[in-house]
Amino acid sequence: MKKVNIEKNAAAFIYQDDVHVTEHDKNLWNARVKRDKAASEIPEWEELRNLASAIKEHTLTHLDQYIEQFVENAEKRGIKVHFAKDAIEHNAIAYEILSSHNVKNIIKSKSMLQEECGMTPFLEEKGINVLETDLGERIQQLSGQLPSHIVMPAIHQTKEDVAKLFAEKIGTDPNDTDPSSLNTAMRNNARPKFLVADAGMTGGNFAIAETGTFVVCTNEGNADLTASLPPLHIASIGIEKILPKVEDLGVFIRILSRSALGTPATQYTSHFSGPRAGSTMHIILTDNGRSKRLAMDEFWTSLKCIRCGACMNTCPVYRRSSGLAYSATYSGPIGIIIDPTFDPKKYSELPYHSSLCGSCTEVCPVHINIAEQIMDWRKVMMKNKEVDFSRRMAFKAAGVVLSNPKLFRVVEKVAYNAINILPEAITENKTLDPWAAHRKLPDVKKETFRDWYIKNRKSNEQ
Amino acid sequence: MSNKQEFLQSVRESLKKRTKIEYPKIPTYEKENVDLKSLFEINLKLAAVDFYDVSSVEEAQKIMQEKLPDTKVVCSATDEWKGNKDINKIARPQDLADVDLGIFRAEFGVAEMGMVWVTEKSLKVNAIGFLSQHLAVLLDPANITENMHTAYNIPGLFDVNYGCFVMGPSATADIGAVLVRGAQGAKSLTLFFLKK
Amino acid sequence: MKVALFVPCYIDLIYPEVAIATLELLEKHNIEVVVPLNQTCCGQPTANEGDQKNSAKMEKVFAQNFQDLNVDYIVGPAGSCVKQIKLHFDAIEQTEKVTAMRAKTIELVEFFTDVLKITDFSDLSFPHTVAIHNSCSSIRGLHISSRSEWQEPRFNKTEELLKTIQNINIKHINRPDECCGFGGTFCVTDEAVSAKMGQDKVSDYVRNEIEYVVSPDMSCLMHQKGVSDKEKTGLKFLHVAQVLNNGPF
Repeated sequence: MKKVNIEKNAAAFIYQDDVHVTEHDKNLWNARVKRDKAASEIPEWEELRNLASAIKEHTLTHLDQYIEQFVENAEKRGIKVHFAKDAIEHNAIAYEILSSHNVKNIIKSKSMLQEECGMTPFLEEKGINVLETDLGERIQQLSGQLPSHIVMPAIHQTKEDVAKLFAEKIGTDPNDTDPSSLNTAMRNNARPKFLVADAGMTGGNFAIAETGTFVVCTNEGNADLTASLPPLHIASIGIEKILPKVEDLGVFIRILSRSALGTPATQYTSHFSGPRAGSTMHIILTDNGRSKRLAMDEFWTSLKCIRCGACMNTCPVYRRSSGLAYSATYSGPIGIIIDPTFDPKKYSELPYHSSLCGSCTEVCPVHINIAEQIMDWRKVMMKNKEVDFSRRMAFKAAGVVLSNPKLFRVVEKVAYNAINILPEAITENKTLDPWAAHRKLPDVKKETFRDWYIKNRKSNEQ
Repeated sequence: MSNKQEFLQSVRESLKKRTKIEYPKIPTYEKENVDLKSLFEINLKLAAVDFYDVSSVEEAQKIMQEKLPDTKVVCSATDEWKGNKDINKIARPQDLADVDLGIFRAEFGVAEMGMVWVTEKSLKVNAIGFLSQHLAVLLDPANITENMHTAYNIPGLFDVNYGCFVMGPSATADIGAVLVRGAQGAKSLTLFFLKK
Repeated sequence: MKVALFVPCYIDLIYPEVAIATLELLEKHNIEVVVPLNQTCCGQPTANEGDQKNSAKMEKVFAQNFQDLNVDYIVGPAGSCVKQIKLHFDAIEQTEKVTAMRAKTIELVEFFTDVLKITDFSDLSFPHTVAIHNSCSSIRGLHISSRSEWQEPRFNKTEELLKTIQNINIKHINRPDECCGFGGTFCVTDEAVSAKMGQDKVSDYVRNEIEYVVSPDMSCLMHQKGVSDKEKTGLKFLHVAQVLNNGPF
């Protein structure tokens, strides 16, 4: 798999025009601000975060027993549970269920897990039509792109982009950029398709071991349409979504949407404990690398993630790159720390796409130490020599110079002379010196502090 | 496809490296002297729900007629309110696609969120909650619980196969981050406080 | 009280006036200051890249310079470098001496507010509109100010030191604790994003009519000044030590 050049992708997003990066940054920063406001209205906010983290860590460290309990209770209620150890098995199981019901058209609500498994292209290749019901996902499906944000899949597109897309794909007026009328157009376009679907597929935000229930949170009601119309409902659920008890939902439902968008909850919080009368319900419980991650000492806590996207909204680097730069199902800070577990070579650059500001760690509702894990991934990449040869050599050189005081003094003098003797045409050349593309060089002084100190305070020399 | 034992074995192997962490105690965070109906109304408003106190179904029907005069197909999941499409006679959920106004009685409300809880019992056919263009919901004002903790502590909540906390009409901010009401589900939700 | 002065590598070469100001400021408050002359770098650039091998070399030199000094504190006028020593610095063996050395390393602002408990600078005058920049390392690593991401009581130690100065007008910009994009090597390896972050930070200052940006962390300011000077905004950048010591400017 070709290595993702995330820096280049991000630069392309920034330089395409003055509009896209500005809008993207503004909209996601607003989401962060709304999150802060929502949090300030809950006096027990920090307690809730601690509880959420503790519940997840307890569950993950007892995961085998909770999986067993969940499966037992789900099956009692007539849900068929399947086990997929990886993406290939997941897709095969989905296809097996669908084809056994002669399904030709499916509607689906958002599922990062299904995205991760590449389920849609797999099913389409087998002749099954797949329709995304979430508006953002539908926009991305029509654009032929991956979703760029976990919660707002098309947030990198302006309303002008969407107007152009809809004009092309569903015949609307390309000059009508009003979000309301664009939304209505898609509502009317998608609705007839819901009515003829043979099966509905969803993901699951949470899965309750105590009762065998899975929970799906949406703002549009599309998961409920997906579940209440066709006679077959398949839910893809990652093993890390399991929670022990019903009362755990009190904590998670209170923090999920507030962290994501600053709203108290999603418009619809739907709980499925068994099939509708006259219909069938299946769950594909999926591993796909999660149990392997559970064994990683530095990285297992990334399994606590509840997919809120708060880390993306706060990340100053993500806001200026857009999620597409990451070329992965998961982008932003959480993406950086879990994508290398899927493909360490393809995603070896991702951990470097961070200024290490640490804001992601601070907003995470389940206290994942994301910034530390980014650092730990860099250690892994360095050790496994996944980092560019030239960069490694540059650091080797830095190591030699900075660990040798006499050599350091020499280099300081050389730097001073170089910057002052060489013409600006060279020192400010963008290609030779990336610093200079957008910044003036700092003034290197002739007299260093050490020089000054020796001259003025010799008596204190140790 | 993996069998259950193989699947669990992968997890158990990894758990050998993990120290077990205890399950925390979860408070209910109930506050003192909360006027549940007032708090509920504040949050209904934030969720774009119009609400009214009524003493009869006729009052509610009159309000809905004034609000949505072009309503043709009315379907109700509660015997208190008669529509012109009988929910007991439909063959498939898709047959509710022509419903302009769907009506049901919610089982309880959650003050913290302005949410109402509905299940297959109150909906009769689940799809009515999501195919209807507009919704009118009846709620007994005595059936309001304080917050998500108190709601999830209600015994037997998941004895039903389907239950949903509905917070206002459907919405999305997927296009240019502009909030729009009436995404895929109901375009509007009107709530009537009416004792059962 | 006796302290050692930790002089970050880029301050030695590019901003010696910051180290001079720090030295003079400490001496003014009757602190005896020693300066190890063979110090080079704390190892942060390579550590941030995950290069433990090369960081170890630098950490060894740092320890050689500081671990045997008979001082109460090691004071550094740089939040990110002090954070590196206090919170990371684990590529070399953690002997008792190394552990003690790390524990007594402290950032300059915190040395004044938490150790000396001196916050009164009302004998100075600085009649300008000032924005305070605390580096991400200082905020989220050293907790020099409260974090906007948390529901916690609001405080800002840098502001505590500056606010008593006569005629100073401290203004809060729109995104006071958003990263400016320096990030060490990030500023050259991820140049497009880093520059955009710097430009946005500079625009925030300009929009709020700031004259001076004051920070306990010169590394961030080096990047911000680079962007600002290229755009010819006229913004001036000072280390907090230079303001509290009234020079050198």
